[in-house]
Amino acid sequence: MRKETLQAWALILPALLLLVAFTHWPAVATLVDSFYTTPKGSRPPRFVGLENFTDLWTDPVFWRAMHNNAIYAIATIPISIVLALAMALAVNTAIPGRALVRMAYFTPTMLPMIAVANIWLFFFTPDYGLFDQILAPFGGGRHNWLGDTATALPAMIAVAVWKEAGFFMLFFLAALQAMPPDLKEAANLEGSSRWNFFRRVTLPLLMPTTLFVLVNAVINAFRLVDHVVVMTRGGPDNATTLLLYYIYEAGFRFWDTALASTLTVVLLILLGLLAWLQFGVLGKRIHYR
Amino acid sequence: MRSPHITRRTLLAGSAVLAAPSIVRAQAAAEIEFYFPVAVGGPITKIVDSYVADFMKENPAIKVKAVYAGSYTDTLTKAVTATKAGKGPQMAVVLSTDTFSLIDDDLIVPFDTLATTAEDKAWLASFYPAFLRNGLIGGHTWGIPFQRSTIVCYYNKDIFKAAGLDPEHAPDTWDQLTETMLKTTKRDGANTSIWGLEIPGDGFTYWLYQALAIQAGVELANAEGTKVFFNEPGCVDALQYWLDMSMKHKTHPQGIVAWGTAPRDFLEGKAAMIWHTTGNLTNIRTNAKFNFGVAQLPAMKRRGSPTGGGNFYLFKGASPAQQQASLTFMKWMTTPARAAQWGIDTGYVATRPDAWQTEAMKQYMAGFPAAAVARDQLQVAVPELSTHDNQRVAQSLTDELQAALTGSKAAKAALDDAQVKATRLLKPYAG
Repeated sequence: MRKETLQAWALILPALLLLVAFTHWPAVATLVDSFYTTPKGSRPPRFVGLENFTDLWTDPVFWRAMHNNAIYAIATIPISIVLALAMALAVNTAIPGRALVRMAYFTPTMLPMIAVANIWLFFFTPDYGLFDQILAPFGGGRHNWLGDTATALPAMIAVAVWKEAGFFMLFFLAALQAMPPDLKEAANLEGSSRWNFFRRVTLPLLMPTTLFVLVNAVINAFRLVDHVVVMTRGGPDNATTLLLYYIYEAGFRFWDTALASTLTVVLLILLGLLAWLQFGVLGKRIHYR
Repeated sequence: MRSPHITRRTLLAGSAVLAAPSIVRAQAAAEIEFYFPVAVGGPITKIVDSYVADFMKENPAIKVKAVYAGSYTDTLTKAVTATKAGKGPQMAVVLSTDTFSLIDDDLIVPFDTLATTAEDKAWLASFYPAFLRNGLIGGHTWGIPFQRSTIVCYYNKDIFKAAGLDPEHAPDTWDQLTETMLKTTKRDGANTSIWGLEIPGDGFTYWLYQALAIQAGVELANAEGTKVFFNEPGCVDALQYWLDMSMKHKTHPQGIVAWGTAPRDFLEGKAAMIWHTTGNLTNIRTNAKFNFGVAQLPAMKRRGSPTGGGNFYLFKGASPAQQQASLTFMKWMTTPARAAQWGIDTGYVATRPDAWQTEAMKQYMAGFPAAAVARDQLQVAVPELSTHDNQRVAQSLTDELQAALTGSKAAKAALDDAQVKATRLLKPYAG
């Protein structure tokens, strides 16, 4: 082998080792486990082929989790991105107390999710929780936000959006700051309206950032379940059971490694498809400088 | 080369090993780790830590590491994961109902194989039978009762008085309960300022429901943990009564009342009665700004409550020396005096009859007679629902109960579905 090749391998070896040990190997092991039954006490795992997947097909909780996760993703992704962009545009202009506002937007990102979930638990408490107190003067009445199947999932979505938007704002803000000011001056000279400038110049230049944020938002839509554990434990009647939460339940509460591996494989395929869609389809249409 | 000073010390230590090998071995081996959960309000971790410190002062040869591991579910998860990875704790406090699962997974050791002396046997027999029952499987004792509880009714005497009820008397029957709920519920317009009763419906839904089922005269599972009877007529009556409280009588909040919200509502004076674990007794006693009473749960066909709470378990993987050290620690933690103190500190039910005869407990009861309610209720207590694959079977019941409570299923349909799910889960164990 040539000396350069050897050197190249040596250079990527540390990263490769970590990637294999913590990403590729577990994924392959999970795939293998999904073809076996759960070992119980002295009973070793048995090869069953695709039986775990056909079982999953008839599992109503799985479909509930998929359905919930779809709603969760469809709501959190666009809301948090649009909100992040709006916040970034707001704090990119010269407004009084700009540093303070930026910090306020970013605070949710810095707080640990478990602590935050406990605070939101109080916000959602019926009668004397924050939301019911705010709504009370307007004849709001009592809302059992987390104890009602209709509002429990939207409540989870609200917490996720609140948590994420500030983080995404940071990327948009960085991109806005990096935008050359002469573009704005040129547009002003040409007499372009603000909306036209935003649509024709700012937005296209933000597209690489938007794609990056979108990828993160999609991942988070499947990853961010800490607050579910604290606030509802997937209830009431699985109304807030998300895919990852169901994997946790199956793996670490029911000790059903077969079900947990099968669910994980489904999640991996789903995320793989989404990544392919984003990079393969959207990525080609984006202009990188 | 190292300095001669260190060499000399090393030599000295070496000769000490030769001189007293047994002591050194005991010191080296008797390091035990112990996971415990916190499921109620109050400074439980601080109390446990202080007990552990006292124990180590009295038993310098044993080093105990007490690890607070979260909720009951978290503690079980951590203990099982760690044990499967070969780094488990030697002992843990987890729910008494997880015994079947722990045995099925081959993770715990029965006590009767280790505690073999006459004194040990007397210790095993010293607990209330109602608390031991969940841990008695296949002729072995697998769990030592520690933080045990039952469900009691906490009621606000001031609200009772305002509603023209006898504040010294809580309802004895379901009929009286309905009447009391109707009288104490206070509405202004569409808003309810005081609810007659709150029964928490998240997390431990099946447990609270089991109380109603017992009162309706049914048991939820057989003693072997292989069969459930979720859709017996009595079970349907029990769930229907819970639903009626909110949907028909409007005396109980609609939907799910959170486990943590019920005591908070009670302390805020927004609930006239709540059903909750005795483990919350000290919390409520400390924080209530009104007169409150504690009563046994009412009867339909009979009185009764499930037992609840956690046992000590001995995990596999402990060395014989560690097992003996764990046993010593458990015995120390459950002496009559300490069982009494633990009960006083937390509100959990002191686990053995002789604990209630101690001076400290007598004094405590003299000032706070409500503390004895849970003990008296033990006469009619039933072991908590416990089956093979317990977490999952309980979850299938909890899901369906929540479906009924949130109005998406009728009582009978929900329980039929729970029965089907649980029966399918238990098929491998039915034999």
